[in-house]
Amino acid sequence: MKHLLSTRDLDRATAISILDVALDMAALGTRDVKKLPALRGKTIVNLFYEDSTRTRISFEAAEKRLSADVINFSAKGSSVSKGESLKDTAQTLDAMGIDAVVVRHSSSGAPHLLAHSGWLDVPIVNAGDGTHEHPTQALLDAFTLRESMFDDDARGKGLDGLNIVIVGDILHSRVARSNIWLLATLGANVTVVAPPTLTPPGIETWPVRLSHSLDDALEAAPDAVMMLRIQSERMKAAFFPNAREYAKFWGLTAARYRKLGESTIIMHPGPMNRGLEISGEAADSPQSVILKQVTNGVFVRMAVLFTVLTGAKGDVHE
Amino acid sequence: MTATLLQPADMTRALTRIAHEILEGNRGTSDLVLLGIPTRGVTLAKRIAATLAQIDGTEVPVGALDVTMYRDDLMSNPTRATAQTDVPVDIEGKTVVLVDDVLYSGRTVRAALDALTNFGRPETVRLAVLIDRGHRQLPIRADYVGKNVPSAHSERINVRLSEIDGNDLVTIAEHTSGGAA
Amino acid sequence: MYMSNEILITGANIMGEATADILVRDGVITAVGAKLEAPEARIIDAKGLIALPGLVDLHTHLREPGFEQSETVLTGSRAAAAGGFTTVFAMANTSPVADNAGVVEQVKRLGDEAGYVTVRPIGAVTVGLAGETLADLGSMATSRAQVSVFSDDGKCVHDSLLMRRAMEYVKTFGGVIAQHAQDPRLTIDAQMNEGEVSSRLGLNGWPAVAEESIIARDVLLAEHIGSRLHICHLSTAGSVEIIRWAKARGIAVTVEVTPHHLLLTDDLAENYDARFKVNPPLRTAADVQALRAAVADGTIDIVATDHAPHPHDTKDCEWDQASFGMVGLESALPIVNTTLVSTGLLSWSDVARVMSQAPAQIGSLEGNRALTVGEVADIVLFDPSTSREWSTDDVVSRSKNTPFSGITLAGSVVHTIRHGYLTVTDGLLVDEKVVAEAGGFRG
Repeated sequence: MKHLLSTRDLDRATAISILDVALDMAALGTRDVKKLPALRGKTIVNLFYEDSTRTRISFEAAEKRLSADVINFSAKGSSVSKGESLKDTAQTLDAMGIDAVVVRHSSSGAPHLLAHSGWLDVPIVNAGDGTHEHPTQALLDAFTLRESMFDDDARGKGLDGLNIVIVGDILHSRVARSNIWLLATLGANVTVVAPPTLTPPGIETWPVRLSHSLDDALEAAPDAVMMLRIQSERMKAAFFPNAREYAKFWGLTAARYRKLGESTIIMHPGPMNRGLEISGEAADSPQSVILKQVTNGVFVRMAVLFTVLTGAKGDVHE
Repeated sequence: MTATLLQPADMTRALTRIAHEILEGNRGTSDLVLLGIPTRGVTLAKRIAATLAQIDGTEVPVGALDVTMYRDDLMSNPTRATAQTDVPVDIEGKTVVLVDDVLYSGRTVRAALDALTNFGRPETVRLAVLIDRGHRQLPIRADYVGKNVPSAHSERINVRLSEIDGNDLVTIAEHTSGGAA
Repeated sequence: MYMSNEILITGANIMGEATADILVRDGVITAVGAKLEAPEARIIDAKGLIALPGLVDLHTHLREPGFEQSETVLTGSRAAAAGGFTTVFAMANTSPVADNAGVVEQVKRLGDEAGYVTVRPIGAVTVGLAGETLADLGSMATSRAQVSVFSDDGKCVHDSLLMRRAMEYVKTFGGVIAQHAQDPRLTIDAQMNEGEVSSRLGLNGWPAVAEESIIARDVLLAEHIGSRLHICHLSTAGSVEIIRWAKARGIAVTVEVTPHHLLLTDDLAENYDARFKVNPPLRTAADVQALRAAVADGTIDIVATDHAPHPHDTKDCEWDQASFGMVGLESALPIVNTTLVSTGLLSWSDVARVMSQAPAQIGSLEGNRALTVGEVADIVLFDPSTSREWSTDDVVSRSKNTPFSGITLAGSVVHTIRHGYLTVTDGLLVDEKVVAEAGGFRG
């Protein structure tokens, strides 16, 4: 695997292999020395055109634990704000001899362009592009699901037969897209719940079941419910009447949480709008794995960086 | 052409001898920790521990030490899958015996010594291998050897263990396809 | 320099119907028949070539004034001639906008000076294309540029009342409004066809209904006030249905389709290659089939290129930052051959209709565009038997933003004759000075 651009082009064996490597990375958390020398001498650029402190920090922690040299490049205070094109920036980084780029961009497809335009020839990791994909988030969600379901027995496993409900702004969510493809590849049954205004056209061709009733979807006692963040700019664009109504129909309210069985875990990619898509009671509940998702993010990103940056031929050696 | 180096009985004998030598070198089993290098090194370490228990009647802690992330050939060889590391006890001040199936260039052991430093500072580190095939690239030697096998670079040594492969057997053959021994 | 007033085209296949020689003298077709003789004439051996009246493009962006880094009237005229065109209508979205007599006269003059094609400026419908107040429609119509087509192309005249008034007002001088049908509210920040592909790629959708709703409104307005209406670059199967309905009711609507909408589909966006970004967007395979069928049955009147040159940098970037549009003058006839003639949907006389006669009629050009004695000698000679993988080398426009690179297209323009002189011969453009002189001489 040279790049990680999307979960749609990730095959099952590669996905499971990344999750298994992440398991070994997780073991590192219990040691005194939380650092591995695998990427010593490699320079990784975190190219962030969009503010995202939590994702950047997660990648940075992953890079540092693998002993890579890290350069943070954010659109603010760089030549990007002076109007330098993505192409010029990419060619500049290439000329500096860097080894990999982790890119977050508000334009869908920007990582794809970096990987395939010929502007630079290094592994590209997509850290979220527009409303397209956020593959490392989906991998860490899958890792967290596997851990929650199988505990110490997770190694080598997919998510076959698990029932996962994804709720919210599917239309604009890169997290939802990446999760839908990856969960399907790993064998889970995915139900998406969204108002019709926030449902992507053509979703009937996707490997999901669509529902417009959160109560119906939760009635079926799924293994996990994944709440998506509602962006504030959607409030003004008539996708739904107002925040109160969104919470009432599409939010994991305290009442809905209380009806939920203990076997359903609660996920959220963060940052949360408490009281909007998720109530505080649900977010802080025993079956919430929201903080575990954050923890696992570092391990999964270590596994991804290790996978794209090592190896001469890009295939997995057993 | 495939030639057999160790039959099942030979292997048992070799491991029993290694267990005795460890006891002798360490003057007993106190402060002893066996760490196998995945995958087959871990199985061998467990067998040696079982033999030690038979001889001495004490349980020696056995663990696994994955060295993938410490290798110096990560960029030149195909991507390796990592394996589990499990260091069951604090190794500070202990005698650690690293166990691997085949000793060749010495680079795996070099990586293991690096990995070990992240878990503490053992009093002594020893190395036990089932097969030493020569061709060292680093100043490393084994303390306990099941069998010394002079080999050519072009040959490949195949270690089979019943727990993993269904039977015990060590063979040597002309190398035909890619992949490290 | 050798210049003859006479050209004798021998053995041409005239609109795919009969083989004959064509004699051209002083800019006019003077004889058509077998074994014509003209000792002084330049001879063009047209054996195996299809002779069509010079093509007329009702929808070209020449970019001058204001965007000369993309195209100029001269470079765009050369691209047009290379594609077999002898007349182009130049869209108004220049800088300054062609919303007054001064700008349209300037564009016409630049076209006359270049001499490769007749350049007919299109006037803006509203001042600055802002969609608020009507531009100087009458002044442009009565200027030396003789503007007969008005369009805010690039933007939709979305205000219903303004659209009604514009369509009514241009009846004064026989003009027509060419509508860019796009509901602006339904296409905020739209990037590509709304559908499964846009959803998967995370690009904002440009729904078919944003085009269809405007077309439906405008045909009803045209019926109500008894005006002509022209629809630019129709792109959806639903739009075809509305037009079919409107024509059945006798509404005076004419419709164009672009070559790229006859060939390309929205899944080409998969690699985020912005060469495939265009407005209206590439649609689905079902839309492409419906558009081809609609050209075949006459629901769609003409093929027009929407030739839209853009500098390389504005295409070699993130999709949502990239410009809309693709060049298309050079490739138009090969695409029509590939998609409509080779597939048996159109005959060569149909091609003459949809690419020359009908657009000329909509644009109120003089002449019949028939290859008969007495007609102006605007002729293209096309070899349908060749085929080649298209590349940017085939693009003579100043901008190279062709989406057809790597696609095999059938046929090539061999000779183009405008007003009796060659602008393209043996597949090569005739020198600028020679053409300018010849054009001035006939001018």
